[in-house]
Amino acid sequence: MRTLADLNLGECGIVRQVQASGLTRERLQDLGLVPGTRVCASLRSPLGQPVAYEVRGSLVALREEDARTVLLEEEATDG
Amino acid sequence: MAELLERRVTARSRFGVSESGIVVALAGNPNTGKSTVFNALTGLRQHTGNWPGKTVTRAEGSFRFQHRKYNLVDLPGTYSLLARTTDEEIARDFLLFGKPDVVVVVVDATCLERNLNLVLQVLRVTPNVVVCLNLMDEAERHGLKIDPRALEQELGVPVVPTVATKRRGLERLVAAIARVASRERATPHPAITLEGEAHGAFEQILREVRVTYPSLDAAEWVALRLLERDEAMAQAIRSGHIARLAGVSHDVDTAQRLLEHAAALASSVEAADATVRAIFREAERIASRVVHGSTAPTRKADHALDKILTSKLFGFPVMLALLAAVFWLTIAGANVPSSLLAHWLFMIEERLLALMNAIGSPSWLTGFLIEGVYRGLAWVISVMLPPMAIFFPAFTLLEDLGYLPRAAFNLDRVFQKVGGHGKMALTMAMGFGCNAAGVISTRIIDSPRERLIAIITNNFMPCNGRWPTLIMLATVFIAAAFPPVVGALVGAGTLVGVVLIGFIVTLIVTYGLSRTALKGAASAFALELPPYRKPQVLRVLYTSLIDRTIFVLWRAVVIAAPAGGLAWILGNVSVGDRTLMSAIVDFLDPLGRLIGLDGVIILAYIVAIPANEVVVPTMLMAYLNYNKLIDVESTEQLKQLLIVDHGWTVLTAVCLMLFSLLHNPCSTTLWTIFKETGSKKWTLVSAFLPLGIAFLVCFLVAQTVRLFG
Repeated sequence: MRTLADLNLGECGIVRQVQASGLTRERLQDLGLVPGTRVCASLRSPLGQPVAYEVRGSLVALREEDARTVLLEEEATDG
Repeated sequence: MAELLERRVTARSRFGVSESGIVVALAGNPNTGKSTVFNALTGLRQHTGNWPGKTVTRAEGSFRFQHRKYNLVDLPGTYSLLARTTDEEIARDFLLFGKPDVVVVVVDATCLERNLNLVLQVLRVTPNVVVCLNLMDEAERHGLKIDPRALEQELGVPVVPTVATKRRGLERLVAAIARVASRERATPHPAITLEGEAHGAFEQILREVRVTYPSLDAAEWVALRLLERDEAMAQAIRSGHIARLAGVSHDVDTAQRLLEHAAALASSVEAADATVRAIFREAERIASRVVHGSTAPTRKADHALDKILTSKLFGFPVMLALLAAVFWLTIAGANVPSSLLAHWLFMIEERLLALMNAIGSPSWLTGFLIEGVYRGLAWVISVMLPPMAIFFPAFTLLEDLGYLPRAAFNLDRVFQKVGGHGKMALTMAMGFGCNAAGVISTRIIDSPRERLIAIITNNFMPCNGRWPTLIMLATVFIAAAFPPVVGALVGAGTLVGVVLIGFIVTLIVTYGLSRTALKGAASAFALELPPYRKPQVLRVLYTSLIDRTIFVLWRAVVIAAPAGGLAWILGNVSVGDRTLMSAIVDFLDPLGRLIGLDGVIILAYIVAIPANEVVVPTMLMAYLNYNKLIDVESTEQLKQLLIVDHGWTVLTAVCLMLFSLLHNPCSTTLWTIFKETGSKKWTLVSAFLPLGIAFLVCFLVAQTVRLFG
């Protein structure tokens, strides 16, 4: 299953499902990561993670373990 | 009624809102310029960045318009009203139970779709909303065209475009607030449309809520929360809070029936996250209709800059270089004004002395007032004011530019490895200003465990009260060994080193805590990187200069003056054949020597428990007590006093810098920690853990150097 963490920089995807629970889930959703949302990977931190994603016009950094809970639709779209 | 009133009063009194006048709440996502709007409306000259005085502490002001008084309440910045963090609870409770007459939601025009999430949520709670479409200039710069009229039609509430930093659009904002405040009854909004069969269940619950509480503004919010089986909302209904909010008498059976029906309806459908999904869908629809244009060249420029500032090659070097530049500016710039100020203040001292003698004041009174109180005051002002008046504006400019979130982005992996939270980088930067403010700022960290770690370790970032000591030591003992031009650079490098040591200790303590007493999984980390903004240079210089001057002067009066008086008394009251001070100093001396310091420095740190600012003045007063009548104005005289007369070495300076960096937080900070954690245990840990570390580190350094030196 492709997740947000699998996106290379410049790649985009459509959110299919958020698997995290509790506060993590609430936080991700508040930032606009709900099913159907288009997300693009934009920046990588010098130490590999977190990665900053473009979501609904804002730039949000997520750690790999959190990004892994966001499942994407199968087909990839270009940035 | 009493209880609701009580809750309303608590919700309001949390913000110091009086009952008279029209209450206007200011809500908004973080980084929308909400505080700038607040300051512009209330005329307060408080800086709006992440420094003491930011929204985390206080949040009330007022303005008058057409003979009516408006009390403005600045709520903490939040993305949503749905989550369970402290800030979101405060904001939600105030909107729901504080019953503001008008809610202004400040939104970032450059990121409208995401910001509409909060607007659409607030509209479920109250129809009395004004949308302040802020940062319109930034949106234009980014090539975005937003149609405020269309947005107004979509939302059904007034929308006012503003550029708060330039005070553009504020008159119209105030007029819109007044209009909403004075209308009889708002037109109700069409309810939000949920996906699938959840909508049917929601409509039924909403109908029942409206039957039970006919005049409740927040009926839709209550219904949405019940649909998602929110226990806090069920409790508010059970206890009668919602009934009182709606102005009907609370009936236990009716409430119970409503809750049971709602629970049955909710369990019949898949309703999890229904609200947030529906609201974002609506936000997307609205944004697509009112926002035109997209990726402009500036957006690409931002991205290019981000690529450099977060790159493997330049990310960390740029961070250190910027920090060093701020310190260099501080050291190089503060030197001359500091000695001018000292010269001038000691000139006044002579005049005052002459005056006291002329009016025949007894020598003990003259001594107490001039050599004690006045000198303490003069010292703190001359040592602290110039560096702080340079350091803070410089750092604030970096912050306003939007650099700090990038630093947090670069550092997060390091914090993650030791079990901390990436936003600690932000709360640590806040600690540079004042650790008490740093402690409060940890509210931006969602998880209680990581927040507690951030609270306990905030102390390892030197605050406003400690910088001058560090700067003085770096200048006198380390930079002075080099020619002036290089000297300032060396001094700046020394301070960067001090910050790095503080950073490393933070990591070690974080690691230790998260492996022992504060074990647990890492919580979600979501850090927004807002667009770079052109800082309002002159405005920042002006406001943070004034802000720092007032802060330093105020602290000098309340803290340094009494400490100066105390030091004088200790130095002049004798027991047997020696003064109290020399008795205490002699007693403490062996302990001091053990860790590379001396008795005087330990005494200074005891006097300085309420505030770190008085360490240097107390120390100097104690030393001067042995050889009075030296005016310590210049670096040379200071060196003479410390090195020649009192046997200081570079080791003393290094140990003192380490002790200053690592020792316990001041009593104000400890009190804040107690208030924020509500725990005596963690407050004690926050006091004694750093103190223990400071003693241990200084002991090891002193003994090692003595062994090999």
